[in-house]
Amino acid sequence: MANRLTTFGNDLYTGKRSFNFVGGRRKWYLIAGILLILSVAIPLLRGVNFSIEFTGGSQFQIAGVEDATAQPAVDAVHSVVPESVPKVTVVGESGVRVQTEQLTQEESREVTSALASAYDVPEGEVTSTFIGPSWGADVTRQALVGLVAFVLLAAIIMALYFRTWKMSAAAIIALMADLVATVGIYAAVGFEISPAAMIGILTILSYSLYDTVVVFDKIRENTAEDGQESRRTFAESVNLAVNQTLVRSINTSVVAALPVAAILFIGAGVLGADTLRDISLALLIGILVGTWSTVFIAAPLYSQLREGEPAIKRHDAKVLKERERAAGASADAPAVASA
Amino acid sequence: MAAPTKRSSRPTPVRKAWRSLTWLGVIIAGLFAINAAGVIWGGGSWTPKLALDLEGGTQIILAPQLEDGQTASQEQLDQAVAIIRQRVDASGVAEAEINTEGSNVVVRIPGELDEQTAARIQSSAKLELRPVLLAGGATNESIDPSASPEPTEPAEELSSTPTVEPTDGSDPNWVTPALQAQYDDFNCAEMDENATNVAPADEPLVTCDTTRTVKYLLGPVEVSGEHIVDATNGMVQTSTGATTGQWAVNIVFDDQGTEDFAEVSTRLYGLKDQAPRDQFAFVLDGAVLSAPSMNGIITDGRPQITGQFQQADSKALADQLKFGALPISFTVQSTDTISPTLGTSQLQSGLIAGLIGLILVVIYTLFQYRALGSVTIASLIIAAVITYLAITILSWYEGYRLSLAGIAGLIVAIGFTADSFIVYFERVRDELRDGRPLVGAVEAGWKRAFRTVLASKGVNLLAAVVLFILAVGSVKGFAYTLGLTTVIDVIVVILFTHPMLQLLAQTKFFSSGNPWSGLDPNALGAVYRGRAEFRKPATVPARKVASSSKEAQKRQTIAERKAAVSAGVGSDEGKES
Repeated sequence: MANRLTTFGNDLYTGKRSFNFVGGRRKWYLIAGILLILSVAIPLLRGVNFSIEFTGGSQFQIAGVEDATAQPAVDAVHSVVPESVPKVTVVGESGVRVQTEQLTQEESREVTSALASAYDVPEGEVTSTFIGPSWGADVTRQALVGLVAFVLLAAIIMALYFRTWKMSAAAIIALMADLVATVGIYAAVGFEISPAAMIGILTILSYSLYDTVVVFDKIRENTAEDGQESRRTFAESVNLAVNQTLVRSINTSVVAALPVAAILFIGAGVLGADTLRDISLALLIGILVGTWSTVFIAAPLYSQLREGEPAIKRHDAKVLKERERAAGASADAPAVASA
Repeated sequence: MAAPTKRSSRPTPVRKAWRSLTWLGVIIAGLFAINAAGVIWGGGSWTPKLALDLEGGTQIILAPQLEDGQTASQEQLDQAVAIIRQRVDASGVAEAEINTEGSNVVVRIPGELDEQTAARIQSSAKLELRPVLLAGGATNESIDPSASPEPTEPAEELSSTPTVEPTDGSDPNWVTPALQAQYDDFNCAEMDENATNVAPADEPLVTCDTTRTVKYLLGPVEVSGEHIVDATNGMVQTSTGATTGQWAVNIVFDDQGTEDFAEVSTRLYGLKDQAPRDQFAFVLDGAVLSAPSMNGIITDGRPQITGQFQQADSKALADQLKFGALPISFTVQSTDTISPTLGTSQLQSGLIAGLIGLILVVIYTLFQYRALGSVTIASLIIAAVITYLAITILSWYEGYRLSLAGIAGLIVAIGFTADSFIVYFERVRDELRDGRPLVGAVEAGWKRAFRTVLASKGVNLLAAVVLFILAVGSVKGFAYTLGLTTVIDVIVVILFTHPMLQLLAQTKFFSSGNPWSGLDPNALGAVYRGRAEFRKPATVPARKVASSSKEAQKRQTIAERKAAVSAGVGSDEGKES
């Protein structure tokens, strides 16, 4: 009756099946490195598509339009500001969004009424937004301050909780990789970076670390429990912990991603629900990337940081030597499959 | 926690479980009672208040304009909020909300916003000091503007340029025939509506005082309000230090202000017999706060205004002078006008998205955890009830308003909340895999999961708090709900999810390891080895185990394999290469 994922989980837990996350780290680092380089290069080459909140401008939205076409909007804007080049988007079946450069209040009001009459809706139905050019700069500054403050605090708290700065460092490096990769994917696909998207990207911090903390907790448990008596090398202990929490990681990621995907699905088709769409898109990418980075970056990195410690080096050497002796005693026993 | 495996301790988890559930009941009942009390006595409601993006209305964000390196103090911002609130209230808009967010002032006005109110909000508070040229009783015979004689248009031929260039601010040559006509026709009752009481700093101004009883024609700005360093109220003291019992407002100018004011006071004092030209008007937002006459030449930059002040009046004037004089003006950073229909449709789409997300999570957990999934669903329902009550209470008590970003936070929280259950369930399963009986597995699993959940939720909460403190605009709403639901999640997992598992572990359905329970030891690969005996001590010599071939490993029982694993070999996990 057990479904496949449960059986899979059993095998991972007992070590019957095991993915070599820690051992194959050079491969994972390489993949991560390429991804990160692309994530930095693509936005630089293609340019980032900043939303109106960052560039400043005026935006109008008309909902409940019977005939949602772009031309009436262009004409309406031109009737007020002839030289303007408005960006008109038809959203869903009955919504039109118009973005222009910054208009004066007077112009903005005139455009509102021109649009209302062009689409034959009451003036009160036209939603207008004016965003000054400093708004986006403000949001960005705050976001950066928030980012730095969070990372510092989280690093300290994790170092205290795990009682080693190395876990904290590994988690934070993986977190940075998440951020860069998310922004990269975002830019590569050409999505607009809006304040709502920045909320999403900042929330990823929280999710990515959440995932890492859960896995690290298991790593700590395994490595601490076994201690000097362990017959596993340190890297093997870490790897077992990652494997043992893999089903959990998959389950939590799916469960976290499902509602976010629902928001994205709904938000994309509804006029004005940009907030929903932008937050959820960033989150969705971030949740997937966050799970990836915990398994493929954070855990191997932590193992690598610790392996150099004299005590662990001695222990690992002892384990390997014993194993060799055992293998020597029985030549046909490939006790440890080498990766 | 008692040793979970001893028979004698078996009733303990049950007792504990009921105690936790009772506490949960108390919390929910308490929240319910608080909300009910709010509805009955405090003007609360059973639904949370909505932010403008869901309700429709206008939101204006005003950012202080500051020189580099300057920051606006909270006191300055609070005063700005007070000034803007006065302006909005004056225009009769109901239920406007004016707050500070970070260093910004945010004005939220439900419904449609008329142009004049918008203009009034956006104009910056400006304090000017102008000499009085003419003063007189207000032309107030027409409080009802419809009954007032139409102000006669200044005739074309009336000259609006002075025939003789005025030499100083008090020069009567400022009063051109056109200005005289404007002054004569000026109606204090209509002062604000027509925004007539504005003039450039170097031009004369026709206006009234704030009580609209005195009409003024003022000269150009002589001292700008930002040169006022401080303004306090206090008792007038004689030279011997005794108080006269009279209230006064004491002003302190900065160096530039002192210089300017000395010059003006010398001139005005010289006009002492030519009232009202010896008066000096403090003009805030185009209305005269006070127009005292000059009783002496003041060169130290510390004038004192005396008059028929009560303590409160003098305090009010001092505050206005002090804060109206702030070198802080605001620019409109963003204006959002959202139509009510759009707001409603956004709310709808948010709720639909939430519902779909919830259903997906429910289906997935039922698929993964079978009957155990029902515990997740029940926990989510409990979490939803507590969250709803908390938000409604906060919206009543703290003025919290649910925005679209806030709803997004709530939906995202569905997944994040279910996360902690999964961490817990997986831990219990791990314990079962180790061969523990269910009751013991639940206790042991909880002990470990609890620590992990606390640590990871702590990280979530930290992120929410940092986001909330530093966030601007819609980020705040998102961080707020995310932080709130994180706390509620921890409460629910402690007071509901865990006790429910403790109780379910006692039922035959779960403890017998029914395949549909989600906790079937057989499905989990565990072999039941008798009570209190789960894991063979790792005494198997490494040498012996190592000699077993891989093929042999596959034929091992799980417990044997486990022993082998703890002996350090026999698993095919990788070694560092």
